[in-house]
Amino acid sequence: MIGDANIVDFLLQFLGQFDGIDVIKAFSAIGAGTAMIAGVGPGIGQGFAAGKGAEAVGIRPDSQSDIIRTMLLGAAVAETTGIYGLIVALILLFANPFLG
Amino acid sequence: MEGPKIYGELFGLPITQTLVNTWIVMAMILVVCAILTKNMQKRPGKAQVIAETIVTVMDGLVGQTMGKDKMKFAPWMLALIMFLAFSNTSGIYGLRSPTADLNCTVGLALMTFFMTQFFGLKSKGLGGYLKGFLEPMPFLLPINIIGEFANPISLSFRLFGNLLGGGIIMALLYSALAGLYFFPIVIPVPLHFYFDIFSGLLQSFIFTMLSMVFISGAMD
Repeated sequence: MIGDANIVDFLLQFLGQFDGIDVIKAFSAIGAGTAMIAGVGPGIGQGFAAGKGAEAVGIRPDSQSDIIRTMLLGAAVAETTGIYGLIVALILLFANPFLG
Repeated sequence: MEGPKIYGELFGLPITQTLVNTWIVMAMILVVCAILTKNMQKRPGKAQVIAETIVTVMDGLVGQTMGKDKMKFAPWMLALIMFLAFSNTSGIYGLRSPTADLNCTVGLALMTFFMTQFFGLKSKGLGGYLKGFLEPMPFLLPINIIGEFANPISLSFRLFGNLLGGGIIMALLYSALAGLYFFPIVIPVPLHFYFDIFSGLLQSFIFTMLSMVFISGAMD
């Protein structure tokens, strides 16, 4: 067809066939999944903290409970940004402001 | 897991599931305290030993984290960690956890925030408190102000996100297991152990420790 000379026009014409609400729902679902990519950060950070904790226990085994407590404290604080991503995904799925 | 159900209204304010579950958690804590402190003597019986151990451990934690001169915060910290421990683990006795509601966690985080500001003002004086925002360099003033407000926001959202996420996963698991013909009795157990007991107690410990660190950091 004449209108889809390039890929952007083709996509917009494809999306224009649907009702507006359905397009919003579709992109909210994609956005919710994309928001969970934020889970990569805490995974790497907490794994690094656990490695450092294991190394510290190896150097001084008698302070193991203090080291474990500090490690869990640091890991749970580092988890916060991953939780922010989860909250964005939950809002898009369950309390979506764009769908009224 | 949907939002908290609203059971009715009282003087124009809604009675939500969070409020009723908070009352249930308070009743449980009162019953536990009444049982542990009944008939106290100088030669303690088993229940009194448990109560004394809890108070001694909490006193040690407050002394170690905040300093020996700030022991007046120990009763509030113990009350906070007991309330959070009982309410985060509500999943194992079938209640929707009161801290899975943003209103509850923001309320607790705001208490910590106002305690931080008040005790920081009281111990450093108005001049010292305002000068603290210009440390270490004066052009960092907006970053310091935003950092002050980011503390209660991150405290409340960390607790809320962990508890709500755990609750949603358990609700999805139970709805998935409802299709099986036998009652789901074994499969949810390790997930309850991780999400309700381990994560709940860890989050209550984190909230209390961070409150202690913020308050003692403001008093310097």
